[in-house]
Amino acid sequence: MRWPDRLAAVSGALLLLAVLVPMGLMLWSLLAQGSGVLSVDFLLEDPSQAGRAGGIAALLISTGWILAVCLLVAVPLGLGCALYLSEQVPAGTRRAQWLGGVLDMLAAVPSIVYGLFGYQFFAISLGLGFSILSGGLALALMVLPLMIRSAEQALRAVPFSYRQAGEALSISRWGWVKRILIPQAAPGIAVGIILSIGRALAETAVLLFTAGYVLRRPDSVMDSGRALSVHIYDLAMNVPGGMPRAAATGLVLVAILVILNLLVRRWLRPAQGVLY
Amino acid sequence: MMPPSLELQGVCVHYGNQAAIEQASLTVGGGELMALVGPSGCGKSSLLGSINRMTDSIPGCRVSGRVLLGSEVVSARHDSATLRRQIGMVFQQPNPFPLSIIDNLRFPLSEHGVPRRERDGRAEQALRAVGLWEEVKGRLHQSALGLSAGQQQRLCIARALVLQPRVLLLDEPCSALDPVSSKVVEELIVSLKGRYTLLMVTHNLAQARRIADSVTVCWMQEGCGCVVESNGCRQVFEHPSHPITAAYCAGEAG
Repeated sequence: MRWPDRLAAVSGALLLLAVLVPMGLMLWSLLAQGSGVLSVDFLLEDPSQAGRAGGIAALLISTGWILAVCLLVAVPLGLGCALYLSEQVPAGTRRAQWLGGVLDMLAAVPSIVYGLFGYQFFAISLGLGFSILSGGLALALMVLPLMIRSAEQALRAVPFSYRQAGEALSISRWGWVKRILIPQAAPGIAVGIILSIGRALAETAVLLFTAGYVLRRPDSVMDSGRALSVHIYDLAMNVPGGMPRAAATGLVLVAILVILNLLVRRWLRPAQGVLY
Repeated sequence: MMPPSLELQGVCVHYGNQAAIEQASLTVGGGELMALVGPSGCGKSSLLGSINRMTDSIPGCRVSGRVLLGSEVVSARHDSATLRRQIGMVFQQPNPFPLSIIDNLRFPLSEHGVPRRERDGRAEQALRAVGLWEEVKGRLHQSALGLSAGQQQRLCIARALVLQPRVLLLDEPCSALDPVSSKVVEELIVSLKGRYTLLMVTHNLAQARRIADSVTVCWMQEGCGCVVESNGCRQVFEHPSHPITAAYCAGEAG
């Protein structure tokens, strides 16, 4: 091997290590601190003594509800916007660039800003208070740009030849969208949904302001509820002796995200079948 | 019933300020096959697309001139759905929908309001017309994308025929296929003569000579496509009236 190639290979390996080692350390530290607490009971019991004892069942429930509200709003709305963009705004036009730019900018807005807005708009102005509904809606706003952009990409990637065939046969727009466009783009849309779930699950700042941090199991979407990420923050920062349970909760959250990522990989596999 | 003739009178296609083809006129006799030949970029496909108004969905594209189906002027009609039921189209790349074989035919039928109980019968009829029925009758519910390229192209022709058009536009239907499949599709096209009026773009002069009743030669002149000659097949190949045609058909130009 010539020396520039060797240098590139060695520095590449070193960079890989530089990425893997901190990740390994992080997981190891979570395991070291949290594994003592982690058990099936930890998942099934409600927390007590501000989280110092008990498990995270109530938080899993709150997190699930918040996520459900978020997706119920973000998925249909995001898909609708993506359909509008892919069907009505031709790629490369000034309008497409402008709208895409706005969406990318919104996606880059710090989540704390969405939290402030969600608090001001959903909790105060609409009178929803600190509630799962406020939190889910604010999260939906936050993930919408990501959702729209990834669905739009998936829809635009559907081969032009199908569209041509549909036009030559005078297939209605609705028939085209329902039978060809959405089924073909479904894997890409699923990826967008799962990435959005990942972002929503990892989010803390937005929820502190909107869903609140009540530890009880919620009775309805109008109750305040604490998400897993908020729980980790609270245990680590505000509760003396909360660290082991914060770490264990972190492990659960990481496990959920890893499982979701594996699902993404499954869906990302190219579609079967021969294409000419 | 004899299919109607297809006549183009002074058709021009513009993309923005750029003319793709100017003042194109030709007549395909009812039930005849006309080959549209000429070098790449001389506006053949644009001309074909202007007939069933595929050009409508291209931003900035304007079409003028008249298209007649029999004695009816169809270019003035607002409703492109009826027009495209009468004028089917087949493309260069086989493009069956990513659905099952049978659904490729049921889908357009349901879109055009054909009652459910009639759909499978008409689908079978169309598959028989393209000689695909015996090959696929055991796997109608498998994906159309699993067929060979030649079978896919015949399925696309069946999909166009299932709406019972009178005219078929074919945009280089054989050029993406291997020689064996190409021959099968060519024979199929010949078998459609008489029942449909056919206008086929091709780069294959030997094919045009073999199967066409008439030939139209397009050419680039002053940066824009135009029709230089449109006549019977033998006339064009043996007694061309235009020097460009003579050179092109002799393989000296194009």
